[in-house]
Amino acid sequence: MALVIADYADCRALTGGLRAFEVEASTVRELLQRIEARFPGLGDLIDQRMAIAIDGTITQDAHSAVLEPHSEVVLLPKIGGG
Amino acid sequence: MNKPVKPEDTSSILKVVGTRPIRPDGVEKVTGRAAYGADLHLPGMLIGKIKRSPHAHAHIISIDTRKALALPGVKAVMTSADMPDLAAEHYEAGESASNLRDLSANVMARGKVLYHGHAIAAVAATSNAIADQALNLIEIVYETLPHVIDVEEAMAEGAPILHEQMVTAGLGETPTKASNIATKHRLDRGDLAAGFAAADVIVETRYSSAAVHQGYIEPHACVASYAADGQTQVWSSSQGHFVIRGLCAKLLKLRFSDVRVIPAEIGGGFGGKTTVYLEPLALVLSQKSGHPVKMVMTREEVFRATGPTSASVVTVKMGAKRDGTITAAQIDLKFQAGAFAGSPVGAAVMTSLACYDVANFEITGWDVVTNSPKVAAYRAPGAPNAALGVECAVDELAEKLGMDPMAIREKNAVRNGVRAPYGPVYKNIGYVETLEAIKSHPHMSIPLGPNQGRGIAAGFWFNIGGESTVNVSINEDGTAIVSTGSPDIGGSRASMAMMAAEVLGIGVDQVRPIVADTASIGFSTVTGGSRTTFATGMAVVQAAEKLVTDLKRRAAETWGVEIDQVVWQDGAAHCLKAEKAPKGALTLAALAGSAGKTGGPIATVVALNAQGAGPGFGVHVCDVEVDPETGHVTVLRYTAAQDVGKAIHPAYVEGQIQGGVAQGIGWALNEEYVFSTGGIMENAGFLDYRVPVASDLPMIDAIMVEVPNPAHPYGAKGVGEVPIVPPLAALAIAVRQATGVRMHDLPLSPSKIRAAIDANAR
Amino acid sequence: MSKQRTAAIVNGDPVEFLSDPGQTLLDVLRDELHLTGSKEGCGSGDCGACSVIMDGRLVCACLVLAAEAEDCRVETIEGLSTGSTLHPLQQKFLDHAALQCGFCTPGVLMASKALLDANPDPTESEARYWLAGNLCRCTGYDKIIKAVLDAAAELRQDRKSA
Repeated sequence: MALVIADYADCRALTGGLRAFEVEASTVRELLQRIEARFPGLGDLIDQRMAIAIDGTITQDAHSAVLEPHSEVVLLPKIGGG
Repeated sequence: MNKPVKPEDTSSILKVVGTRPIRPDGVEKVTGRAAYGADLHLPGMLIGKIKRSPHAHAHIISIDTRKALALPGVKAVMTSADMPDLAAEHYEAGESASNLRDLSANVMARGKVLYHGHAIAAVAATSNAIADQALNLIEIVYETLPHVIDVEEAMAEGAPILHEQMVTAGLGETPTKASNIATKHRLDRGDLAAGFAAADVIVETRYSSAAVHQGYIEPHACVASYAADGQTQVWSSSQGHFVIRGLCAKLLKLRFSDVRVIPAEIGGGFGGKTTVYLEPLALVLSQKSGHPVKMVMTREEVFRATGPTSASVVTVKMGAKRDGTITAAQIDLKFQAGAFAGSPVGAAVMTSLACYDVANFEITGWDVVTNSPKVAAYRAPGAPNAALGVECAVDELAEKLGMDPMAIREKNAVRNGVRAPYGPVYKNIGYVETLEAIKSHPHMSIPLGPNQGRGIAAGFWFNIGGESTVNVSINEDGTAIVSTGSPDIGGSRASMAMMAAEVLGIGVDQVRPIVADTASIGFSTVTGGSRTTFATGMAVVQAAEKLVTDLKRRAAETWGVEIDQVVWQDGAAHCLKAEKAPKGALTLAALAGSAGKTGGPIATVVALNAQGAGPGFGVHVCDVEVDPETGHVTVLRYTAAQDVGKAIHPAYVEGQIQGGVAQGIGWALNEEYVFSTGGIMENAGFLDYRVPVASDLPMIDAIMVEVPNPAHPYGAKGVGEVPIVPPLAALAIAVRQATGVRMHDLPLSPSKIRAAIDANAR
Repeated sequence: MSKQRTAAIVNGDPVEFLSDPGQTLLDVLRDELHLTGSKEGCGSGDCGACSVIMDGRLVCACLVLAAEAEDCRVETIEGLSTGSTLHPLQQKFLDHAALQCGFCTPGVLMASKALLDANPDPTESEARYWLAGNLCRCTGYDKIIKAVLDAAAELRQDRKSA
């Protein structure tokens, strides 16, 4: 069970205000599919415009990354730089 | 996908990483031989030049290019009609998400001009002089419109609207009325009201900064060659030739395989050269004329039509208990995006409180379009603007509490296990160690004289990983080539060679690093985001490791032993069963010389998407002296401590810190875009756009704190961007200490300081 | 309009070139003589990337009309080293990592040479003010100044032992 944290308003707009929720998934790919099924639009938003931090490690586009049984997954905007 | 790998080495002492060898591209740079974008000359080459809008905002009624085309020596003329009309398409490329249609319209205006200097047509001619003449022969009819540049004015009711289709995203329900506010961002946690109720002391304050340019000394330059069969080549100074390829291909609807981008050496970028301005135009002109076309911007064009970063207004309300614990923070950030949406306000929202463990906060960011050049990335985009407001607010809070500025930061410092305001739980960070490095530095005990003041400020940047491809091959004599797709803007190719040399166990002078073009190696994303040493370096180490495994296999075969009987050390294979290897160790050169007999050439590729980049923290202290008569600020001394993970080549890490500090000082003291009432930049040159010169600065003491990031084989963290984040606030706070006046609007130019001193005296 | 012919000595070699009246020495060095080491950063004499030495005097080549070079001795970055032996300034720049992108480097080196020709023992402040006409956006000048002062010391030592 991954615990997903959504502190950013654009995510919460798609979760109906829910700030934290649990999702059963063992990879990021599964996670996105299950999130999209539960909160239509959110899975796609994450896929296209967000990064996720798995237990503190920020990943971007790492769809094969593995989730531990009790991983904490934080949704945050994609990061660039200059 | 990455794996943290420890290079196999029987001793834990690094032999190359951490030393300071001379960079392999150094001699060509000190002798003037290095080839930058404007240095290339091809036979039959034409000169391309751009016609630019004289108005800050106008409809384009008609463009007549016939007279220009008829001028002898003019071989092609183009407008936006010569570029595909793209549907709004989202393409993740380079530093920030870019809407391709906006990019196309920025590169060449379509329907409307949105800032003074906006490109509207271009010509290719046989000489500079003829090209200039041709521009003057292009006849354009405009219908001028009112313009708006100030970010708050652009947000206000009744402001001239830049894009009729633009409604504000992020408000909940979709509005119907057009706005210049592209997006509202929001991040919050905890209970703000309760947080403020628990505070003993509250400050409410506002800071602003002007638009500033990255200020690279090399203007944008490229040469494009479009052959009759549709194959194209582009030589370009950029921070990412694969991104240049992708953008050109998408803007012009070409196959990626038909666009070969060859990286020229680049004379500075700082984020501003992660996008395209000239390349697509040069390609179109080359196609129309049948000749290669060179385009080089003038300095004026660079200022008027590229970059800069956002002007911004930051308001902060912050509350703390008597003991200095910050209980609540409310931050509002308004960022100028320029002519098209996409300022770095999102990152500003995320980084605002990154150094502080605050339970209750609400951060709002506004991305606002204005009739000024579209902003481009600039070193830690968004973070310096936010840090100006937050660090100064913390200083105001400390003052109200009678608390030492270092102590209030220590009290609220983020550390491992604390949840970052932007989301993840921190691990392997070195903020506390960096604070300590400044606290215990001799700088802090130097006594200050009259009209002098000291400012301390902290800063943060995420640093990114991302995609890199690396080829490593061993030549027949045992020397090595390391080929990457990461343009070298600050000395990174030296670090690539060092990391490969470390793994292979050979001298760094035996490893030749090169930057390969888009047809010679797989994809790498930009050199930016402080990613190259981390991500491309990770790929280099993995590739060298793969080769070591392969070399051990070849040695094992040669000796007739199992591979676990072979150890690689000091550039040679050693057999644990000595009797099986009567001739002793097999050196890299020996194995390379007989590679054909053990399977063929010794070469490998690694392509990865590096994850786990470690964020960086900086703490700066600076001393200034302010002349009360002129308001002039002299920077007396500057010490910058930064959590760098592991300095692969310490001299280039110091260089990044010193360079970022210098840019931050310029941003704080002198740099700004000055616009006339007509919306025209009045200081579009280095005389009046005042960047720091050698006599403005003292020596900059760079302290490298090494708290390793285990995701990188040597523990490296990105370093390039953090150092520009603290200086804005550090200077503002130092001026407060020196004069008793708190300056809220950057730059801290002499006339403003003098006026503030006078007002304070009354 | 016909071009003007100019004869000059560049890095010790006699050269002749044709130029339009409006062309600068920088244009000619780069586009006619193919000496692209001198760079154009601004075209208005504010950045110093085009610094060359003309009859012993440090100038911005973008502010010199090509025709003004008639009968002059011009030294550019391409002439700073001797054969394949680097000038001590060049070597010290490498040793001290006094360059990052390298674009300002040719101009800074020529300006530094002019400094040490005029003043073999500059203080840090004198070096900083002399080089104030050479913009560098990458380094913050710290390592540049250290390299220049170190090269000055080495050149003074060489002179003593010569």
